[in-house]
Amino acid sequence: MPSEAQICKPPTRSQAVTDTAFRALCQGFTWLVAIIAVIIVLKIVVAALPAVRQYGFGFLSGHVWDPHKKVYSILPEIWGTLYSSVLALIVGTAFGVAAALFLAEGFTADAVFALLKIVNLQFHPFWGKFPVQVENLLSNLIELLAAIPSVVYGLWGLFVIIPLIRPVCHWLHADLGWIPLFGTNLSGPGMLPAVIVLSIMILPTITAIARGSLLAVPSRLRMAAYGLGATRWEAIFAVTLPTASRGIFGGIVLAFGRALGETMALAMLVGNANVISVSLFSPANTLAALLANAFPEASPKDVGVLMYAAMVLLVITLLVNVAGAYMVQFTAAELEGEKV
Amino acid sequence: MRIPGWSLAAAVLLATVGMISCQKAGPSAEGADVRLQGSGASFPFPIYSKWFKVYSQAHQNVEIDYQSTGSGSGVKSFIDKTVDFAASDKAMTPAEIGRVAAGVQLLPLTAGAIVLTYNVPGVKELKLSREAYVGIFLGRVKKWNDPAIVKTNPGVNLPGSVINVVVRADSSGTTFVFTQHLSAISKEFAASPGKNDMPAWPVGTRSKGNEGVTASVQTTPGSIGYIEYGYAMSQKMPMAQLENKSGQFIAPSTASGQAALATMNLPEDLIGWAPDPEVKDAYPIATFTWLLCYKKNPDPRKAEVLRDLASYILTDGQKESEALGYLPLPDAMATKVKAAVQNIQ
Repeated sequence: MPSEAQICKPPTRSQAVTDTAFRALCQGFTWLVAIIAVIIVLKIVVAALPAVRQYGFGFLSGHVWDPHKKVYSILPEIWGTLYSSVLALIVGTAFGVAAALFLAEGFTADAVFALLKIVNLQFHPFWGKFPVQVENLLSNLIELLAAIPSVVYGLWGLFVIIPLIRPVCHWLHADLGWIPLFGTNLSGPGMLPAVIVLSIMILPTITAIARGSLLAVPSRLRMAAYGLGATRWEAIFAVTLPTASRGIFGGIVLAFGRALGETMALAMLVGNANVISVSLFSPANTLAALLANAFPEASPKDVGVLMYAAMVLLVITLLVNVAGAYMVQFTAAELEGEKV
Repeated sequence: MRIPGWSLAAAVLLATVGMISCQKAGPSAEGADVRLQGSGASFPFPIYSKWFKVYSQAHQNVEIDYQSTGSGSGVKSFIDKTVDFAASDKAMTPAEIGRVAAGVQLLPLTAGAIVLTYNVPGVKELKLSREAYVGIFLGRVKKWNDPAIVKTNPGVNLPGSVINVVVRADSSGTTFVFTQHLSAISKEFAASPGKNDMPAWPVGTRSKGNEGVTASVQTTPGSIGYIEYGYAMSQKMPMAQLENKSGQFIAPSTASGQAALATMNLPEDLIGWAPDPEVKDAYPIATFTWLLCYKKNPDPRKAEVLRDLASYILTDGQKESEALGYLPLPDAMATKVKAAVQNIQ
């Protein structure tokens, strides 16, 4: 039997010091992050103020960006930013949540298990681990998409996606041109290639977070559903997905934020034309792309206008995040039902 | 989980040691006595970095940093005195020069041409009249078999497809020089969209950078776009022959570009443009790019290195330019610039 002194002893001096130091360090860094965010916002607002005074709200409602005539307005960019992000979010969510379900609900493992069963290796000490390993490998591969640099996505879009979708787009425009979505012809960079690449870029965010929240659903809920006679699909759609919905929506909001701010790939793919069109094949422009394109050679006078545009982008992102947070609260509460 | 105190302390210690050793590594890497910092135009970046590399290899005590941040921000850093020299494709405006108390010496050290590259299946050679190429970029000439194009290309089978015009999306010196030329030859273009880094083009899809325009033209049949001569050469893109002021159709080349440069009579400040050269065998769109130096440098050693560097570039350095697709300065001009180098003190 160890004595009382051996089991519990007061922390040594060095332990107490490191403890305090570590706490101070963490606190310091937390404040630093917050302060940096505030400084960035303040700097942008201060730099934008002269342009805000000069151009006012007309800046948000006009269609023309002409440095030669000193006429600046960004409605097409605001439209393009929101349109491309929403479209990418729809595509990205559909694929991302489906992939997360496939990976989290054991479909992959089941398929591999069935394959192993054919050769009767399903309980083999080495091969038997395969189902889980394949699942992990696939989810890692999807997360790897997030590691590809944006400019590589842009080049890939230019040289692979655009030539690939061109024939389909021509056909859609020629035969179904009366639908506004296909109203113009694709002539290289435009909304559709941008949306395709953007949705692939936000896919890892959605999949990773959705898979995490699906895995976090307690298995007793599933078991209970099965016990009540639910089929697998019924269990997924009536129990698992609603329970995980808060996490999934959180992932979607995060992905939307990323889509709004994505710069390089969009600057290369979206066509950078000040056009407001619902057509998927029309070139468009986004705020982030405009900033990336105009900043390098901007004269001091133009910088103020660009800062105004940056401020608008900041406000849009902020609004989306706040709205997203509220939506997560309400929808999740609704879907999860009453807490027992 | 409780992290043992000693491991945390060890981590902090390691990090500190790491930082200190990094700081130590800094100064030892720059054994250089003189270190020049520059930034600016991206168009001459490949040739500048080649020159600076060759020069600092030959002079062990000199280190030259050049960041291609764009002409606009180059001029800005030059006015703010955060650099030792800068570079600009647009030279400097008199107002900008007035803001530099130490005096400005602009040195045109190299030049380039802007070409129209196209992708029309089956068309190997294309001659464009002034009417045709201004019309294309104004959106008036819409199809490849427009009479304005057909007239100057007898025997060429031009398709009836729509011309897909590709322009630069980002603000750039290339666009500035190209629109300056178009404004010089067309009153309509001068009124709108006009001479600018990033004008409101009435037509076309926009791509980012030379590489973006090249990619769009390459992958979209029926397109035409403007890019730098050096870039077009390295990518082996087809280049259109353009009609110059004398009515000749001239293909872009070192010789025809130099002919255009030679028409410029450089004034005292060495800022000269040839928006529309008159000589018979001159390619119509060629331009200098400038190195910006202070006339009075606080550090005499830096001034000496700058003078020496400029002299090297104006003599042996010029031999490097052609391989990279730049235009070597005509001899008479190089002599004139060399004399101006002495103003850097």
